[in-house]
Amino acid sequence: MEVDARGLSCPQPIIETKKVVDKKVTSLSVLVDNIAAKENVSRFAKAMKYDVVAHVTDYGWKLELEKR
Amino acid sequence: MNISNEKKSLIVAGVITGIISVALVLLGNPTNMGFCIACFYRDIAGALSLHSAAVVQYVRPEIIGLLFGSMFISTIRKEFNPKGGSSPVLRFIISCFVMVGALVFLGCPFRMILRLAGGDLNAIVGLFGFVAGIVLGSLLLNRGFSLGRSYKQSRVEGRAIGGVFGVILFALIFIPSLLQFSTTGPGSFRAPIIFSLAGGLIVGALAQRNRFCMAGGIRDVFLFRDTTLLTGSVMVLVAALAMNLITGNFKLGFGGQSVAHTDWLWNFLGMALVGYGSVLLGGCPLRQTILAGEGNSDSAMSVLGMIAGAAISHNFSLASSAQGATIGGKVATILGFTVITVLAIVMIRARKREAVHGS
Repeated sequence: MEVDARGLSCPQPIIETKKVVDKKVTSLSVLVDNIAAKENVSRFAKAMKYDVVAHVTDYGWKLELEKR
Repeated sequence: MNISNEKKSLIVAGVITGIISVALVLLGNPTNMGFCIACFYRDIAGALSLHSAAVVQYVRPEIIGLLFGSMFISTIRKEFNPKGGSSPVLRFIISCFVMVGALVFLGCPFRMILRLAGGDLNAIVGLFGFVAGIVLGSLLLNRGFSLGRSYKQSRVEGRAIGGVFGVILFALIFIPSLLQFSTTGPGSFRAPIIFSLAGGLIVGALAQRNRFCMAGGIRDVFLFRDTTLLTGSVMVLVAALAMNLITGNFKLGFGGQSVAHTDWLWNFLGMALVGYGSVLLGGCPLRQTILAGEGNSDSAMSVLGMIAGAAISHNFSLASSAQGATIGGKVATILGFTVITVLAIVMIRARKREAVHGS
C-alpha cells in the first residue's frame, strides 16, 4: 500500500496514513515532501507501533512503515 | 521516564518562548500580549491605514521577527521550501474568518495561552471552544475535505512575503511618517523595537525548528494520544505563568482582565471558529506565519487573509471590546461557520463524485 501525501497540508498526511493503518495494513509506504509531514507521520506511526525507515528522494522522503 | 529528543527540544523552546512572552510585556507590550499573532496583524493593518481604529495601530516588529526568524533558520538548515498553489483564494477567505473569530475572542491561540498564564479565566472558555473547533475541523478532514495539493514554486515566490515584511520594517524604522501609530489604547503599549524584533526572531526560529503549533498539539492527542507537540504549548503556559507570578502580573478571575471580555458564549464561539479554520488551513496563525517564512506561499496567502480579515473586522465593527462582542461580530462568527461548512461539504461531495467517475 502507498499513501501519496505530497503537497498535502498538515494534518492531512497523518489522516490519510491513519485511514490505511486503521484497515490493519502491516506494511505501507508514505510519500511526503516536507519535513513537518515527515516528522508528524513518523511520530504517528511509532505511536501505532510501526517501525519507520525514511528514504531520501528527489521530492522529499519515502517513509517505509512496518508493523512491529 | 524516557523523554524523546523531540520532546526535550520542545520543552526548552516552550520555556524560552514563555519567558520572552512575559519579558515583552514587562518591556511595554499590553498585558498578556507578549505575542498575539491576531492582535499584531490587526495592529499592522491599522498602521498601514487599512482600518482606522485609532487604538490598535502599530507595526509590531514581533511579527516581522517571527517571519524572518523562520526564514533565516529554514534557509540555514536547508528546509526553505518554496511551494504553493493549494486553493489560495479559499485559504484567503478562511483566514479572514479565522481573524474575525480571533478578534471576537480577542486573541489568537498563542495569546489564549498567555491570557491563561496571566490568570484570565475567560481564556479557559476560549480553550474549550478552540478544542471544539479543532475536533469539528478534523471530522471534515476525515470525511475527505482537502484544499488540494501544493506544488513547487520559484524562489522568488517563496521569498516574496519576506520582501513585503522587509519594506514594512524599513518604513517603521526610517519613514514612520508613512504609518499610523496609536497614542492611546493597546496599540500605544509597545516594547522597544529592538527587543520586539529580537524576541520575534528568537521565537520564530524556535517555532520553525520545533514545528510549534497550537492546533497541532491538540490534534495529536485527539487523533492518537501523543502529547509530544502539546508539550511545547504546555511549557509556554508553565513558563509564562511562573514569570507572571514572580513579577506580580498574575491576576486570577474573569472580570477586569486586560484586552478581554466576559461574554462566555462568544469567547467560546470565537475561538471555535479559529480552531475550525486553523485545522482546515493546516495550522494556527503562528504556524501560518512560520510556514510563510519557510517559503510556503499558501501560508503567505493566509497571512494576507488575516491582515484583510483584521481590516474588515475593524471597518465593520466586528471586533469585540472590553464590553463584549458586537452584533456584527456575532453575525460574522455565525457566517464564518456557515461559509466554511458549506464550502467543505460542497468540496467533499465534488471529490466523491470525481472518485466515482474515476476522473
